[in-house]
Amino acid sequence: MTTAVPPAKPPGRLARWWDSDIAFSFRSSPVTVMATLLALLLVLAAVAAPLIAPYDPFDPASLDLSDGFSKPMEPNEITGKVFWLGSDGQGRDIFSAILYGSRISLLVGAASVLFSLVIGVGLGLVAGYVGGRTEALIMRVADIQLSFPAILVALLVFGVARGLIPPALQERATLFVLVAAIGLSNWAQYARTVRGSTLVEKNKVYVDAARLIGLKAWPVMLKHVLPNVAGPVLVIATINLALAVIEEATLSFLGVGMPPTQPSLGTLIRFGQQYLFSGEWWILLFPSLVLVLLALSINLFGDWLRDALNPKLR
Amino acid sequence: MKPRFLTLAAALLGASVLALGAADARPLKWARSGDALTLDPHGQNEGPTTALNQHIYEGLTERDHTGKLGPLLATSWRVLPNDPTTWEFKLQSGIKFHDGAPFTADDVVFSYERAMQPTSDFKGYLSSVEKVSKVDDLTVHIKTKGPNPLLVNNTESIRILSKAWAEKNNAVKAQDFKNKEENFAVRNANGTGPFILVSRETDVKTVMKRNDGYWNKAKVPLEVTELTFVPIKQDATRVAALLSGEVDFVQDVPVQDIARLKSAPKMRVTSGAENRTIFFGMDVASADLKGDDVQGKNPFADKRVRQALNMAINRGAIQRVVMRGESVPTGIIMPPFVNGWTKELDAAPATDVAKAKALLAEAGYPNGFSTTLHCPNDRYVNDEGICQAAVGMFGQIGVKVNLVSQSKSIHFTLIQKNPPETEFYLVGWGVPTYDSDYIFSFMYHSRTGSRGSWNATGYKDAEIDSMIQSLSQEIDIAKRDATISKIWTKLKDETIYLPIHHQALSYAMNSSLDIPVDVANSPKLKMVSFKGS
Repeated sequence: MTTAVPPAKPPGRLARWWDSDIAFSFRSSPVTVMATLLALLLVLAAVAAPLIAPYDPFDPASLDLSDGFSKPMEPNEITGKVFWLGSDGQGRDIFSAILYGSRISLLVGAASVLFSLVIGVGLGLVAGYVGGRTEALIMRVADIQLSFPAILVALLVFGVARGLIPPALQERATLFVLVAAIGLSNWAQYARTVRGSTLVEKNKVYVDAARLIGLKAWPVMLKHVLPNVAGPVLVIATINLALAVIEEATLSFLGVGMPPTQPSLGTLIRFGQQYLFSGEWWILLFPSLVLVLLALSINLFGDWLRDALNPKLR
Repeated sequence: MKPRFLTLAAALLGASVLALGAADARPLKWARSGDALTLDPHGQNEGPTTALNQHIYEGLTERDHTGKLGPLLATSWRVLPNDPTTWEFKLQSGIKFHDGAPFTADDVVFSYERAMQPTSDFKGYLSSVEKVSKVDDLTVHIKTKGPNPLLVNNTESIRILSKAWAEKNNAVKAQDFKNKEENFAVRNANGTGPFILVSRETDVKTVMKRNDGYWNKAKVPLEVTELTFVPIKQDATRVAALLSGEVDFVQDVPVQDIARLKSAPKMRVTSGAENRTIFFGMDVASADLKGDDVQGKNPFADKRVRQALNMAINRGAIQRVVMRGESVPTGIIMPPFVNGWTKELDAAPATDVAKAKALLAEAGYPNGFSTTLHCPNDRYVNDEGICQAAVGMFGQIGVKVNLVSQSKSIHFTLIQKNPPETEFYLVGWGVPTYDSDYIFSFMYHSRTGSRGSWNATGYKDAEIDSMIQSLSQEIDIAKRDATISKIWTKLKDETIYLPIHHQALSYAMNSSLDIPVDVANSPKLKMVSFKGS
């Protein structure tokens, strides 16, 4: 009696991924695993903010001034309410404000990265593929843009947008203006990278083949070249996400970002730093800590991704 | 060699002690939250602007830190016995401008005429004036449209600049600030004051040196050799600058840091009431608002809505939490220093959310409405905090308010523009003349002629206007006070503004200084004398 050994089941998608080089390199770097878990936790907390947060910090009507300046974990002197991480001068629960604030920070970060990615990749593809004057023009504009600090460009875009948008719409438009400001200050990096990769790819045989069968320029660029230049773009996007979150915080810290009634992490830090000398340390400390952890964890993940996707480092 | 050196040193020391009259002379660095908006003495009637300018330019009279009026460029004044509509001012002789030109009646006439120009922000002080004329080099006559027994109270704020200098430098026209105009006098200055402008970088720093030829040297200590004014917007940064010794004297001390500064070594904090009230204004006149969600109607035009908003504000909570006790809640936009103030007028409505909601419903807004509030974030004590707190309180009665807070240079332009570019705003008003007429003329009179330049509410009432105008021509003080009381009673009922509180002030400085709080928040640094180290 021989029991027939059942033929080995072809490994499932997940299993195949688990065995892949990338997953192995991920597993064998505890720092990356920790960072990823932390980032996921923060992102999840931000996404689920309305479910987790005990208060709605964006509803000014629910705030009670009497709750102001409650110490963390201690009952308020007047109202007796307890706030886990304390409350700010308006009676806003810091914990809820951080959840909602990181939501805005992440949203602005992700949207602006997407925005700059679309612009940067598009222009980079065109520049690399078309070449000639178009390329020179696009790349010089990118050079000019790169010679300014990103925050300066963002401030400029923000200022111009403020001037153009009618006052009545300004508050509602702030989020979009922020996304555009940060997005427009970061596209050049993508354009440069993609153009470089496109220059390499466009002379390869498969591109010639695609052209030979009569495809127009756009389908060739998007369907054939783009997937082959996407790796580095992914890395830049991840690292830029952390940068964009910080850039948003900086703008809000400077008072040009999110309005005080809808605080992002940067706005919260701006409030908090007023109390740097007066003993209410929790208003500054907790939002800053979350911002640091968020940026750090995304950055660590991005660093690992860059190394993992770089064949020269294997 | 050695003894000779010592003798020399002793001689030098003796000489310097003699020269300084044994006084201690040092430079002084002065910081507050915002910069002066302009150096043009007639460009902006705004506290920090005039507080800086008074060190360079002087008026015919001046007020000490308690608000008492005294002579300055004028030695004496009187109403002519035979003509109740003419004031005579005798000028101090031997005064020179910073550029060396002599100060004469021509400069006074020129400066008053300049302050009365349509572009000047000081025309409201002089709306009763018909003509200013020179009698001789040291005598000026100011003719008023009717008898104005209180005109001299307004002369402190009208600063005198050199006619010849202004003509030479094309600065004859007062700066039109709200339309972003500039002239030579905006960044340069030539006055008679105790300090001479050395350099000015807007929003960065203004440096002045002591005017060693100051005409009034005998009467003031004038121990500050170099006066540097730096705006530091961030509260914590400003306090840190004082603690680290980078600046010597700080205005706009954040209320949350007073306790700490008081207990810090080698620091001094002085406190007192300011002659200023903080309040909200709103567009009560337009047919429709742009910044709200109500179509075809202006909710603020309905008195019941204004009363509801007024009742929604919990002034006690703002005082306790936002101001940490450094304010006095009020129901009128008139500080207690002002002629016309009474306890009854000052009473604020009790906070009553239920009644406010009922009033809103009665006015046709049972579900409230949404609107936009403009707020400065670097002008008044915790201005942004006040606005945020109020947004919450308005929210409790269903009025959803979007808050736009920005720097005062942008904020004030919105109010002063014609038509105004804000429909709901925070502003504070100090009263340098100590008379209700000043508040009426700037804040309640319709925006016509020289009056109403800060009235962005669009409020226009012919009866009120004519009563206000009569104030500057009434000689009978009792009758005049009766009119003032009548106007206030009506205005309080109309609820054009939503008063919050009278502001209290604290100054913080290193312990070598002892600068008392100036009731106009306009500290006079020529009065500084240094003690110890």
